Amino acid sequence: MAEKYKRTDGRAYDEMREIKAKAGVIKNADGSAMFSFGDSIAIAAVYGPRQLHPQHLQDPSKCLLRCTYDMLSFSVNERKKPGPSRRSTEISYVTGKALEPVLQLDAYPNTVIDVFISIIQADASTRCAGINAASIALANAGLPMSELVTAVSMGKVAGNILVDLSKDEEDYRGEKIKETTDIPVAYLPRSDKISLLQLDGRIKVAELREAIKAAKKACLKINEIQREALKKIKE
Amino acid sequence: MKQDISKIQQKKIEELISKGKRMDGRHAHEFRKIEAEINVINKAEGSARVKFGESEVLVGVKLNVGEPYTDSPDEGTLVTSAELLPMASEEFESGPPKIDAIEVARLVDRGIRESSFIDFKKLCIKEGELVWNIFIDIYPINWDGNLIDAAAFGAILALKSAYMPKLTEKDKVDFGNLSNKRLPLTENVPITITVNKIGKSFILDTTAAEEKAICSQLTFAVSKGDDKELHINALQKNGDALTEEEIFEMIDLGMRESKRFFDLFEKITEKKEKKE
Repeated sequence: MAEKYKRTDGRAYDEMREIKAKAGVIKNADGSAMFSFGDSIAIAAVYGPRQLHPQHLQDPSKCLLRCTYDMLSFSVNERKKPGPSRRSTEISYVTGKALEPVLQLDAYPNTVIDVFISIIQADASTRCAGINAASIALANAGLPMSELVTAVSMGKVAGNILVDLSKDEEDYRGEKIKETTDIPVAYLPRSDKISLLQLDGRIKVAELREAIKAAKKACLKINEIQREALKKIKE
Repeated sequence: MKQDISKIQQKKIEELISKGKRMDGRHAHEFRKIEAEINVINKAEGSARVKFGESEVLVGVKLNVGEPYTDSPDEGTLVTSAELLPMASEEFESGPPKIDAIEVARLVDRGIRESSFIDFKKLCIKEGELVWNIFIDIYPINWDGNLIDAAAFGAILALKSAYMPKLTEKDKVDFGNLSNKRLPLTENVPITITVNKIGKSFILDTTAAEEKAICSQLTFAVSKGDDKELHINALQKNGDALTEEEIFEMIDLGMRESKRFFDLFEKITEKKEKKE
């Protein structure tokens, strides 16, 4: 049974934080974007397709999509040591897997598309903000994409399914239900498929079903905002 | 291939500069448009975003407590790092910091340390046991040359904009809970200026393309001492050898240009204080 839970910032259970998106924020890059959920801000830059070094990584059948996710040292409360960690390596990997299905990688054999994601300010849901930014950046780079990838983190707090958890909510401990479940989801709205799904916590199948349903709904809204950001740069 | 293109470009840049012109129409000693804002990252105790034309850098200050160094038991510590994010330029590569990044961090660090801009003694909590540690982290977001001057300016703005966090009863930092106390800073604001020599001319605020044509470079930090006169606090020469006359001409030029940064620093940090 769910406990009564009031969200720290007064949001409805299915309400995301304020979302901002902007394309073309890094001039040197072939494509770039900023995406934020409230105080979580991600910037992404795309370089490529370009020559891949070292050469032994080259694949004559397709282009390599190489994602690098990292948090800036001052994006979190206690300074994060600069440079990659086990966590950032894993997130880089799953981000690549989330983005890959919408790209036509076999069109550019032997090359690489580099996607760099930096979290400049963190308040949970950073990998989802990163995926949303990267997706806009890839489109901004003019790469053919079957659709935009959209991502949102779902959560179960005190037994309730919530959309877009903040850090306070992630750390919340209910009176009886102590655990918080964190479920980042990346959704491909046009093909109605899920390209990233992770889960940490404790959840029943019916609840997971409810969470995914809510994630899809939220992602459709995010998709609109991503498209707006891309349209704006055209004007 | 890249090398060849830059060789042609390098020649073009040298040619123009010898005629007193630059690719973007500036004159030799002219800076690009400088934009700066402070307190841009709310998780950092202090932060600044600085833009010199298209060159953009983000600098953050984080604070923590720890043991002092044994040779200075009553002083806080300062660690400055820079990471040249590959996001910012095709020329930056992933991996551990290379000499370029280390040099940027070292130069920024030395200017701040040697000018006594930070009163390290006031960062002591319990002598020999507990002091404040200041971390300055520098990240270029879009690189178009002159990273050192922009990073150094961002660093002093980030320090000036910082608030000290509160401590818990167990002497741990209560992150996210800032006091209204500022860092103990002095009037000795260090300004870092890089003067470049291309061909026979001296130029300031180089773009990425211009940096390929640099023959020699002099980077130095200046601050006003208690006597209100400019002092040099840190200096570094790069590239080809220079004559004594050249060195002092470069220093003169840099010192003259430092005024705009002293003024800009006042303007940006004053505006902020009025708002409070």
